[in-house]
Amino acid sequence: MQPTTHALPHPGVLESHHEELSFWRKYIFATDHKVIGIQYGITGLSFLFFGFCLVALMRWQLAYPGASIPVIGGSLNAILGDAMMNKSPQGGYFMAAELYNAFGAMHGTIMVFLAIVPLAFAAFGNLIVPLQIGAADMAFPRINMASYQAYFMGGVIMLVSFFIPGGAAQAGWTSYSPLASIIATDGQTFWLIGMVFLITSSLLGAVNFIATIIQLRAPGMTWMRLPFFCWAQFVTAFLLLLAFPPLEAAAVMQLMDKVAHTSFFLPTGLVIAGKAAEISGGGSPLLWQHLFWFLGHPEVYVLILPAMGIVCEIIANNTRKPIWGYKSLVYSVLVIGFLSFIVWAHHMYLTGMGTKISTFFQTTTMIISVPSVIILTCLFLSLWGGSIRFNTPMLFALAFLPMFGIGGLTGLPLGFNFSDIHLHDTYYIIAHFHYIVAPGTIFGLFAGIYYWFPKVTGRTMSEHLGKIHFWGSLIFMNLVFLPMFAQGMAGLGRRMYDGGATYANSAETIGIPLDMIHRNVSISHAAWALGLAQIPFIFNFFWSLKHGKKVTSDNHWGSTTLEWQTPTPPPHGNFLKPPVVYRGPYEYSVPGHAQDFTPQNQP
Amino acid sequence: MNTACPATPRILLRKTNLDKPLWEKLFMDIPYIVKPREDTGLYNAKVGIWLFLASEVMLFGALFSSYILLRVGAAAGTWPHGLLNVALGTINTLVLICSSVTVVMSWASLKLGNFGRYRIYQSITLLCALTFLGIKSVEYHDKFNHYEVIQTDGRIVDGHLVERTKDFDLAKKTGAVTLLGHFVEKTEAGAHEATAKHAEHSNITIPVAQIKKMENYGPWHSTYLAIYFTLTGLHALHVFAGAAVIFVIWGPLAGLWKTDPARYTNRIEISGLFWHFVDLVWIFLFPVLYLL
Amino acid sequence: MSDSHDIHHVHQAVRRYLIVFGALLVGTLLTVWASYVHFIHFHIGGAEINTNVVVALFIASVKAFLVAGYFMHLISERKMIYGILTATGFFFVGLMFLTIWAMHDYPMLTIK
Ligand code: HEM
Ligand SMILES: [Cu+2]
Repeated sequence: MQPTTHALPHPGVLESHHEELSFWRKYIFATDHKVIGIQYGITGLSFLFFGFCLVALMRWQLAYPGASIPVIGGSLNAILGDAMMNKSPQGGYFMAAELYNAFGAMHGTIMVFLAIVPLAFAAFGNLIVPLQIGAADMAFPRINMASYQAYFMGGVIMLVSFFIPGGAAQAGWTSYSPLASIIATDGQTFWLIGMVFLITSSLLGAVNFIATIIQLRAPGMTWMRLPFFCWAQFVTAFLLLLAFPPLEAAAVMQLMDKVAHTSFFLPTGLVIAGKAAEISGGGSPLLWQHLFWFLGHPEVYVLILPAMGIVCEIIANNTRKPIWGYKSLVYSVLVIGFLSFIVWAHHMYLTGMGTKISTFFQTTTMIISVPSVIILTCLFLSLWGGSIRFNTPMLFALAFLPMFGIGGLTGLPLGFNFSDIHLHDTYYIIAHFHYIVAPGTIFGLFAGIYYWFPKVTGRTMSEHLGKIHFWGSLIFMNLVFLPMFAQGMAGLGRRMYDGGATYANSAETIGIPLDMIHRNVSISHAAWALGLAQIPFIFNFFWSLKHGKKVTSDNHWGSTTLEWQTPTPPPHGNFLKPPVVYRGPYEYSVPGHAQDFTPQNQP
Repeated sequence: MNTACPATPRILLRKTNLDKPLWEKLFMDIPYIVKPREDTGLYNAKVGIWLFLASEVMLFGALFSSYILLRVGAAAGTWPHGLLNVALGTINTLVLICSSVTVVMSWASLKLGNFGRYRIYQSITLLCALTFLGIKSVEYHDKFNHYEVIQTDGRIVDGHLVERTKDFDLAKKTGAVTLLGHFVEKTEAGAHEATAKHAEHSNITIPVAQIKKMENYGPWHSTYLAIYFTLTGLHALHVFAGAAVIFVIWGPLAGLWKTDPARYTNRIEISGLFWHFVDLVWIFLFPVLYLL
Repeated sequence: MSDSHDIHHVHQAVRRYLIVFGALLVGTLLTVWASYVHFIHFHIGGAEINTNVVVALFIASVKAFLVAGYFMHLISERKMIYGILTATGFFFVGLMFLTIWAMHDYPMLTIK
């Protein structure tokens, strides 16, 4: 058996029988998991870019409240209309409060549901999982296609909502009722319908991934030989499968509140703008929060687990030694998955819950941090004594570790209600979860893109540009998010149209030092610089597609897992011969072997 | 066994070997479509449908939890009882149970190789589904025609719409409306229900000028009706979807029985599992919404 | 495709389906009947237990068990399915009870 080369017996013969699928069947209505993975990847990256653009504009308003937006202010006014942009007395336009709120809500929504989940779970999952377990495709290819289409529709609905009268949803990505239900415009309705599509997409995807991993593992691929990335995806899929439906139920109820004028989340005696609301009442705003966070907390693990999986693969590959504590990693990820369903109310300490229930949620929250620490520790220890190859994927994977560490450790004070009372809804929160998702998950995603690019395209990305991209991203990410911890601890609230400038007049009474507010300026500059730091990546990506160095081997990084034991790029059906697995996923530098890696399918 | 060197140059396989139509090729490549996998003892779709049902459990579970919370949280005496027609609900429950039986019987018929009997059973299933939806829409219609009118003098008339005069207009305060119903003695819901059962129902005509508020028993009327419409509406959608799937397998896709009977039988099993789940949800909905 | 052994099994199953069918019909009528009877309410701790609710939910659970167990063949299903459903059941119970608990555990001195 030849693990790394697959000479075709008669390439010409195959070519002559070749029946070209129409463009539509091959790329638009594709059922091949790799094409669907690429569709998810491209759409997800576009949304990531778009979500960043929204926040880049918001950062202008935060740094220079009320100053007209340079260069594009006029065009924004033309596109979005007068209601969304205010005319500045000095000329030009600055964003209206409604627009700021809409951008904020849609930044969160787009980043979470349209960028990171589709990229981390669906794109990498589709591209890599079937290959890593030695399957020909996903278990249900047509359902796979349907789930991409539902995602796409959800995205279109969210985008369209920017252009309807009154603009997009304005009540934050958490959409708390009554606020979300009583804003008179239709943005929230669009948001809810879009969410129903996105949830449907995730549910179909989750069913498909779980069934694929359970049913389609190659002979010999036992559970304890599964690469950690597949384990992470497996648990992630379960989180989506079981946590999303309650949010779907909540979305349906909020939709009923919007369009059928029910009062699921609207309490009796609600007064809007000084007038008693004409509703039947009797609903419960807290119910929305419970159902939202029942998804919301597992969702943060949906955002992070796939990235951990990617990082684990890359660390094993570039330290050229087995992962330290593979079993601990697997059990930890299972425990995380399990516990993440019973910690959700730590987002709700300030809703006035009693001490008993709050003690319960504090306890589970502290317990769930243990497996996360185990995972991080295993990954750190895996570096010990390795002869590390510092290529671009590895740099991103290495940076993931401390960045995720900062994000995770700063979460502990949020898990205790006494400290959360001070930190809740401040910029500290923003800093905390962005350390998890931005320099955390996004770095994991970048690592994955650089790592698997050669397998998917047959060409490598430039290492030079990759390193520039890495250092730029690392530095500016920290310049953006580190100061936010300080701002938050000083008491600066999040979701503020003017970035706290109104506080400035009464700084003494409120106690927020002025320089904390002024820090908005440097943060904004860093955020824009972070955007510029992505140019090398974008250029590298497209340039390498056409002009990158061609790979000389199917197994570009000398890896053990099955996705590298296929032709490049893998053909329809993936493997030329059904693979058989003989060993664990990370047999690097096994003593007595000629090579420093032993592929899983090598007898 | 030669261990290849990672640097072996090789031709990139760009064109893939698609010498067969896509579907055929896919089904050749993906194993366990019909035959169960040895270690799990399951075929793919069986795993898939159970996973899907697991998510459905969470969906309806969340709605049930909401029901409980809204009901427990309702101010004392405001949760209405006896608004729905128990006889219709009971009939619908029996209809769904029958359809579940015909589904398993149709599956058993296929197992015995009797396609004709299968078709008869599943047509009964489809008839049951239509009956269920028909009865449900009658019930919905009834609620939308059921009005509560609060008069300017504070008295409340509760009844079904008989007619509206041509010039009926709430905004302009012209015309009149006639309800078949009764005056509610107390405005409190608890008393309301008790009197509704025993009150004499007669035609009551109310001039619009005397109407302070007129609202029918749609989902907007109370939290109870909101959750009633949401739960039963979502359930009815499931009934519709399940019936559509059963019909498509019954009719347009029946050809598969000739070419691959085992796979066809599996499809009946899968769609049947979904159908039974829908039945199971109703088994809880019925007492919770109609009786308690 | 089916040998005589299989056929025997199917015939057995059909008999079981019909018995379950009968039980479900009886169960339905029983639920309706029980809803018109006023059962005595119990007190456990300070809480009043509405016996009618308990009875109705009990009958519904028995019916659900019959449908899931026999029509959906859960009583003889594979371990993998049991695993998936156990996890689901656990999370469902968690969702329901923790939410209810949270909504009813007020801090001291709260005006409801
Ligand atoms: C990488 C560049 C990013 C920057 C500079 C950035 C910046 C910000 C800022 C300043 C806010 C606070 C807005 C306010 O409170 O008024 C915010 C909110 C938020 N961001 Fe980001 N973000 C980035 C990436 C991401 C990513 C990758 C995610 C993915 C999950 C994300 C998710 C969120 C969410 C959920 C909110 C809360 C939205 C809300 O208030 O409803 N962000 N972001
Ligand atoms: Cu959380």
